[in-house]
Amino acid sequence: MIGLLGKKLGMTRVFDEKGNSIPVTVIQVGPCWVVQKRTPDKDGYAALQLGFEEVKERYKKVRKDGKVVRKRILPNKPMAGHFEKAGVPYLRYLREFRLTPEEVEKVEVGQKLTVAEVFSDVKYVDVTGTTKGRGYQGVVKRHSFAGGPMSHGTKFEYRPGGVGASTDPGRWFKNMKLPGHHGNVRRTVQNLEIVKIIPEHNLLLVRGGVPGSIGSLVMVKWAVKKYQDKKFEPKAAE
Amino acid sequence: MDHRIKEIVEKEYYRNDHPEFGPGDTIVVGYKVIEGDKERVQEFEGVVISKRGGKGTEATFTVRKISHGVGVERIFPYHSPRIAYIKVKRYGKVRRAKLYYLRGRSLKEARIKEHVKKMLELHKRLREEKKQRKAKKNK
Repeated sequence: MIGLLGKKLGMTRVFDEKGNSIPVTVIQVGPCWVVQKRTPDKDGYAALQLGFEEVKERYKKVRKDGKVVRKRILPNKPMAGHFEKAGVPYLRYLREFRLTPEEVEKVEVGQKLTVAEVFSDVKYVDVTGTTKGRGYQGVVKRHSFAGGPMSHGTKFEYRPGGVGASTDPGRWFKNMKLPGHHGNVRRTVQNLEIVKIIPEHNLLLVRGGVPGSIGSLVMVKWAVKKYQDKKFEPKAAE
Repeated sequence: MDHRIKEIVEKEYYRNDHPEFGPGDTIVVGYKVIEGDKERVQEFEGVVISKRGGKGTEATFTVRKISHGVGVERIFPYHSPRIAYIKVKRYGKVRRAKLYYLRGRSLKEARIKEHVKKMLELHKRLREEKKQRKAKKNK
């Protein structure tokens, strides 16, 4: 399913024509460049490697043979070669989007894809991001356990309780819900409605929240469950 | 969100046609209500007890009134297109931004002093408007 890379910018509210208030997440989507194509002949699968967010070159002063030399640290040499080969600017993020071989053929390496091109004729998208990390959390927060009563002499306020095992089976079952690290995992929210596209500023407004903190990378795709048979065709390049 | 992006996204929704009002003022809010396929304007008159949400579309204000002896509060989105009009009836002089202390009080205790200076200006404005209307009629 075709999609683009973007950056979560935050939430606000807008109003529809009836005057209802809609909570929206503002995502800066693209412009993305096609950096590489994966083809079944060569790689065994078909996909587009898209890059997002131009970066300024960054240098570091390094001592070499007693001399101070400027060494480029961003992008590093192999990455720079990769971008130059495709004829695209230096980019921060690279991600692959699986497509059908026919769809991949129609796109050129080095092509620039924008929000308006990709999302103007769809109504729903899936957004993938990395959720906010919450550190080591107990079961009440991590697994929505009810916890125990807060008063009446109880000593059971936030405890996980029994884990179910005795002599038989003599071990814990796998996937037991216990305290541990919470958040900072990849999550996808499906079927988010597109409220508005602002092409001049590469902005996409979707109804509801998306995973991750403000400024984090998100992948916005056509909704898998709505557009299973829809084929992506890029607008004719000039 | 960055304020520049906020403005790009929200600009078209901003309402700049509301009169100036703040906590302590008594206002009338004309709110469009949709009943079936008909639309009419419902008035809600009361004291503004809070304004919050900053400058963007998320800004709201709370209006409190006593209806049949029961305190009623309504929160309106400031920039909602459903608000047909806002009229200021009385300017109050208060010393804090949130008047939640009115909730525990009734009648005499819940009185708000009038802001004399602002009230005089309001009356002046109303008089002038009346004059203008009359002048228009005579023409």
